[in-house]
This record gives sequence, structure tokens and C-alpha cells, in this order.
Amino acid sequence: MPAEGPAATATAVPAPRGRSAADKARLKRWRRVSHLAVWALTLTPAAVTLAHAFTNRLGVNPIETLTDRTGWWAIFHLVLTLAVTPLRRLTGRHWLVRYRRQLGLGAFVYASLHLGVYAVLDLGLDLSHLGEDILERPFVTVGFTAWLILLALAITSTNGWIRRLGRRWTLLHRLVYVAAGLVSLHFVWGQKTLQAEPLLFAAGFAPASAGW
Amino acid sequence: MSLYRLLKVPEDEITPEELYLSRRQFMRAAAAVTLGAAASAALGQGAADAVDELLGLGETDETPTPYEAVTTYNNFYEFGYDKADPSRRSGDFVTEPWSVTVEGLVENTGTFALEELVARFEVERRVYRMRCVEAWSMVIPWNGFMLRDLITLLVPKPEARFVTFETVYRPEQMPGQRRDLLPFPYVEGLRLDEAMHPLTILATGIYDKPLTNANGAPIRLVVPWKYGFKGIKSIVKIGFVAERPPTTWNIVAPHEYGFYANVNPAVDHPRWSQATERRIGEFRRRDTLPFNGYGELVADLYEGMDLVREF
Repeated sequence: MPAEGPAATATAVPAPRGRSAADKARLKRWRRVSHLAVWALTLTPAAVTLAHAFTNRLGVNPIETLTDRTGWWAIFHLVLTLAVTPLRRLTGRHWLVRYRRQLGLGAFVYASLHLGVYAVLDLGLDLSHLGEDILERPFVTVGFTAWLILLALAITSTNGWIRRLGRRWTLLHRLVYVAAGLVSLHFVWGQKTLQAEPLLFAAGFAPASAGW
Repeated sequence: MSLYRLLKVPEDEITPEELYLSRRQFMRAAAAVTLGAAASAALGQGAADAVDELLGLGETDETPTPYEAVTTYNNFYEFGYDKADPSRRSGDFVTEPWSVTVEGLVENTGTFALEELVARFEVERRVYRMRCVEAWSMVIPWNGFMLRDLITLLVPKPEARFVTFETVYRPEQMPGQRRDLLPFPYVEGLRLDEAMHPLTILATGIYDKPLTNANGAPIRLVVPWKYGFKGIKSIVKIGFVAERPPTTWNIVAPHEYGFYANVNPAVDHPRWSQATERRIGEFRRRDTLPFNGYGELVADLYEGMDLVREF
């Protein structure tokens, strides 16, 4: 016959799971708000850049500035995305994973803006020039390949696709490490000399890529 | 009065092997260079006249890029990697007094005070297109004098085939040099006939004002048919040599930056096309012209050369 006390304690431990309907609704609302807040943070650099564009504060070569900034924020979001898992392991804060998909989509948004600025504003949608760049210049080839990977991952990032692909989804989304490698190469290569910043970003991918 | 007295930095910097030329000797040597005896490839008076005619002494009808852009968007790694660094981080750079050392296969070696050197020449305004190897371009009103006039005064020896240039090395005043962004000091070079071309100038001013530090004060090279990196800034040394000299970007990335670096839409940079460029201030790209549009004046310098291999 079990004693009252320990049994009560045993039910008390998972107590947070036994939330009331009101608690659940509050949590749901909080999550929605927090996701909106993360989106707001993610899109702030884009909004600031847009404001700079309209107030003529993008410098002497605005298209170059736009290309550089969107590329920088894309790789920044990719580093954050891949930092989620190592951070979870390190801190035990598993709720972090809820924001991983969103950060990954942020990387895709900026990568698309980066490609868009390049193809539309810089090349004026000169498709032969764009095709030549992608096919003949490895520096562009690796960047474009990384964007294709992010595109595939963004499309299959919905709950529906996660269910549909099952275990294959996990395999597919490991391609993010390939994208990280290509993006690092693209960033390092994009400089005229070896620069510290791209190497730091590349190093930022290391913990995740090392199986953390 | 002799060239020696006019140009020399006084006292201790004088080296014993300096030549003291009489005016007559000097004139004879200068004439020899100009007429192409010392440098067979040097252009004669006919070409100079042609330049005057075609360019109206370097004038183009294109709108100059605003002063603000020309002086704040620069590649000058001595002050940093970013285009804004040269204007933002060159405040400590001291350009007065300044002297230029001349060495190598030339009669008049020595160290010359800049203001005395410049006083010898007619400083004129030349509005040139400037095409950066990064596929952007500007139109810049320079003030300067023809390098050929200086070379004529210096009297290269017959063996001299190339001219070398060196930027000042002052890490205490140049933050980019403290970070070893490139193997400093920056060095550049031209074939003697390129250096003698009337389009090639040493600039001391921009927009009728003294050169800003960001633009290479107090004296820099401008070779309008070549990519901008050939236009070495803040020059302290000019040399004359027989063999093709090393040049900084060619040392750093030989497959990306050649010695000649003539603007050529047909030869792409390995990482981007050189077929088009963005003129600063314009939205749409424009076609890049062979020799940056100066082909009529300079193409014969390269007759018979494979410009794809010798890029």
C-alpha cells in the first residue's frame, strides 16, 4: 500500500504538464507573441535598410551596400539557426528549438533578398550574365547552390512536410550543414583578401557541424 | 641653374654618385629620351599632339562623379579594408614635408623635395574615367603633370625598361599597414613606354584642390586605361629597372591581377565579369570599353601582344 505522501510528490513532479485550460491558452498566446517578436527582430535590419534606401543613406554605391548587408544578415541567421542545438545541449533549455525553424526561414529570407538584389538591381535581370556567373564562376556557383538548398529546406519546413517525409525529413534537413559550408566559402571568397570576419562566421558553424 | 640644385633635397640625403649635369648636357639627354633614342618605345611628339587633339588635354564630356563620392569611396588598404576607411581613418597621415627618392637605372638619382619637383612642371587639369577592377567606375577631374616630363628630366639609362613606384610605409600613421592587410609597402610598375605615354600623369590635386589623403596625397599615379589599382598612391620612391618589377596585387593573387591590368571587357576576373561596370551614381550597368575607352590612344603600345595571357 503506497503511502500518501510520496504518491502526492510523484504526481506533483510532472505538475507543469497538467496545466489548466487557461494556462494552456496563456502559453499559446505567449508563444505566438514571442514568435512575432522574433520575426520583428529578424526583419528589423531589412526595415532599417529600406529606410536607409529611401533616405539616401546607403552610401556611394547603394547596390553594393544592399548586396553586402543582405548577405551578412543571411549568414548571421544561419549561424543562429545552427547554434540552437549546441546551445540546447549546453544549457538544457530545450524550448530554444521552437525558434530554430523561424531563424532558418530568416536566413532564407535574407539569402533571397541577397540573390534578388544581385540579379535584379545589380545585373538588371540580365539572365545571360546571371547564368554565366552561376555556371562559370565558382564563387557565384557555391553561393547559388547554398540558396537552392535553403529554398528546398524552406519549402519543406512546414509541419505537413515534416509529417509527410518522416525520417527522410531529418536526412534532407542535414543539408543545412552543406549550405553552411558553401556559404562560408562564398563569404571568404567574396573578399579581395583573407579577412577575419568571414572566417569567424565559418568558425561559428563549427560546433554544430562537429555533431553537437 | 642646374637640375641638381633645383630638385635636390639639401645636405645629408645627397649620395656621392649623384650626377651634376650642366644645362646643356641635361637638354641633350632629355631630347634623347623624348625622341626615343634611350627608350625606343617612348611615344614621339606626334602621339602627344594626337592626345591633345582627341582629348582636349584630357577633357571628356562625361559628367564628373561628385567630389563627395570621389573622396569617400576609395580602395587604399593602407588605411583599411573598407571603402570608407581611407577618408575616415587617414586623419593622422602627414604629407608635409614630402620627398620622393629616385633610384636605379637613371642618371639623376637622389631624393627630391616634392614641392620643388612639382614646381618644375606644368600642372594641368585632366578629366579621366577611372575603372576599378571591382567593376565600378567614376569620372574624376585630376590636377597633375605628365609623368613623361619627370622621366625626361631624370634621364633613364638605355637599359631601363620599366619604372617602379613605391607607397610610403608608415604603420604609425596608416592603420591598415598595422594590420598587414597586404604585403606593404605597396609597389607598382609600368613599362617605360606606358610611363612615357602622355595620358599617364602624376596627380597632385583633385577637383582643383590638393589631393585628399584618401585619394593618395600628396602625389599619386593615374593611368586611365588601366584598372585603378595600378594608380599607386602616396608615392615616395620611383625607380628604373631592366626587368618587369613585382607589383603588389599581382603578388597577392597572380591569377586575378596581372602586371598590365589594362581595362579589358573580354578578360573576366575569375570571380566576376569585366564586361560591364557600374558608374558610381548610375543605376544601370554600362558596357566596359577596351582600354577604358582610351584604345585609340594606347592600343598600339600592345601591338602583337596576347592581352588575354598578358592581362
